[in-house]
Amino acid sequence: MQTVDLFRFARAAALGYPLRSALSVLAMAIGVAAVIVLTALGDSARQYVVNQFASMGSNLILVLPGRSATGGFSPATVITKTPRDLTVDDAHALRRSPAVRLVAPLVVGNSEANAQGRTRPVLVAGTVTEMLAIRHYRLAEGHFLPETDWQRATPVAVLGAKVHGELFAGLTGSALGQWIQIGDRRLRVIGVLAPSGQGMGMNSDELVFVPVSLAQSLFNTYSLFRILVEARRRADIDAAKEQVTEILKIRHRGEEDVTVIGQDAILGTFDRLFKALTLAVAGIAAISLAVAGILIMNVMLVAVAQRTQEIGLLKALGATARHIRLAFLAEAALLSSVGALFGLALGHGGAWILRLSFPEFPTWPPDWAVIAGLVTALSTGLLFGALPARKAARLNPVEALMRHA
Amino acid sequence: MPTPLIQLTAIERSFHLGDSTVHALQGLNLTIGRGEYCAVTGPSGSGKSTLMNLIGLLDRPDRGAYEFDGRAVTTLSDDEQARLRSRQIGFVFQSFHLVPRLSAADNIALPLILAGIPAPERAERVAQALASLGLADRARHRPDQLSGGQRQRVAIARATIMQPALLLADEPTGNLDRATGEEVSRLLEGLHANGMTLIIVTHDPHMARRAPRQLAMEDGLLRSDSAGAR
Repeated sequence: MQTVDLFRFARAAALGYPLRSALSVLAMAIGVAAVIVLTALGDSARQYVVNQFASMGSNLILVLPGRSATGGFSPATVITKTPRDLTVDDAHALRRSPAVRLVAPLVVGNSEANAQGRTRPVLVAGTVTEMLAIRHYRLAEGHFLPETDWQRATPVAVLGAKVHGELFAGLTGSALGQWIQIGDRRLRVIGVLAPSGQGMGMNSDELVFVPVSLAQSLFNTYSLFRILVEARRRADIDAAKEQVTEILKIRHRGEEDVTVIGQDAILGTFDRLFKALTLAVAGIAAISLAVAGILIMNVMLVAVAQRTQEIGLLKALGATARHIRLAFLAEAALLSSVGALFGLALGHGGAWILRLSFPEFPTWPPDWAVIAGLVTALSTGLLFGALPARKAARLNPVEALMRHA
Repeated sequence: MPTPLIQLTAIERSFHLGDSTVHALQGLNLTIGRGEYCAVTGPSGSGKSTLMNLIGLLDRPDRGAYEFDGRAVTTLSDDEQARLRSRQIGFVFQSFHLVPRLSAADNIALPLILAGIPAPERAERVAQALASLGLADRARHRPDQLSGGQRQRVAIARATIMQPALLLADEPTGNLDRATGEEVSRLLEGLHANGMTLIIVTHDPHMARRAPRQLAMEDGLLRSDSAGAR
């Protein structure tokens, strides 16, 4: 029997029972579409997060007080376990490192802002001029914190877009030059940031930026929340991390009590996290493919029962067991592959609609998911078609011919 | 004496129905020569159908030897038997057994497809068969669009498309009216006239009498064989 004839025969058999075939094709299509749409969602979430991190700034290194990983043994750890605070002087010292381009200390605290008779809780970020360049913030008007000695507490503030919008909602004209009260300080507004609309964890729209030493005295603290460091070039990130660690170790009397994280490390973690998530949803969607496979098996078993006489006839006409098996396998393969193709179209259509509805999410199904979906569909079809095909091939021709349909 | 087409020696076949055993064939001996035309008659349960299934290689005897064209066939594998059926044996059934979703032409082409004959040659042979049976204008009709006589003619075309040595017809006119049955009988006899060995199982004494050789069966044995009586 020639392959073309085999598939032509299988096609005629499938078309002979249109409703049943259509339903199994539909089940398979929904399974494949589910795999494609769900992985597209998972992957787009991953890319969204990665893009968010990239927008935080490039070649970024974060310095955190305290050590998250167990380091080597140091005599200091025997004496004290309290991590030494990070200070503005520490941050200042990091500027000496040749691999470092920019350094910005950061103090963060909650406070209340008061302006134009309105009060609003705000997150206050005490930092320096360099922060603007490191985080790639854009200004709507005015300018950022002045370039002065880091120890000087100039009474000025730069407002995030949302804070500005809410505190100065009734104001006609610019907020520049207006007074704002934060805690017990009166500060002059010297700049307003453009809305960023995004930002992991700390959204700059809801921040008020003040000079670092002002924040320190406002919150009565000496220690920094973070030091943000920008390496000169991408290739310098590792060197910068080493130098930063080394400088702080020397300053902290040989104790390595800070955590230095490269942006790529954070990015890699999130990347892995979301890849795992995407795989998990792909796995869940694959269950629907298995269900579709079982449905195809069901349909094929009914087909064998319904076409018992025909199988007997084919055997009488000289069909071998192999012919019969192949004919039923070909039918299962046709049903599942047509279903897979419809599912492919359906899945891409679904992803397209998602892209139209949520433009900020790049909902493109990853290639591996499309291929895996199609291969799984075909192989479940064949796998679950094998049992009915074997059953058909083993029928006794005499009994099959005598059976009443 | 030339090699007989069919030689059955001491054939036994029994079936188990629940606790009881039915002896469908009990030590049957039968020789049918090439080009013969036999009618097998007998009451229901006499073993006619079992005999036909054995001769047609759809069933295997429990005991005894079967030589087809001088070749022992009981020991052949299923696939070898299938090949022999494909090339040498044609079946015509009482209820036609046409595949309902396939057209007349596609039904006739089935044995050719199974034998792996390429499409162009297939089309030619099917067209010839349709024309010689006066069904040329019915080629694209499905079985439910054909009359009983037309259906049986399609079935005969399908049984003979591979030009088998042997044609087995089980009550070929059983579902047809008298005139149509007569037509089908003449068609089968025409095939015999062209050299095909023809074995017909029938209840109809009139039809049985048309055959040169009549085999009457009873209780799994040949009760009479007109060839032996001569």
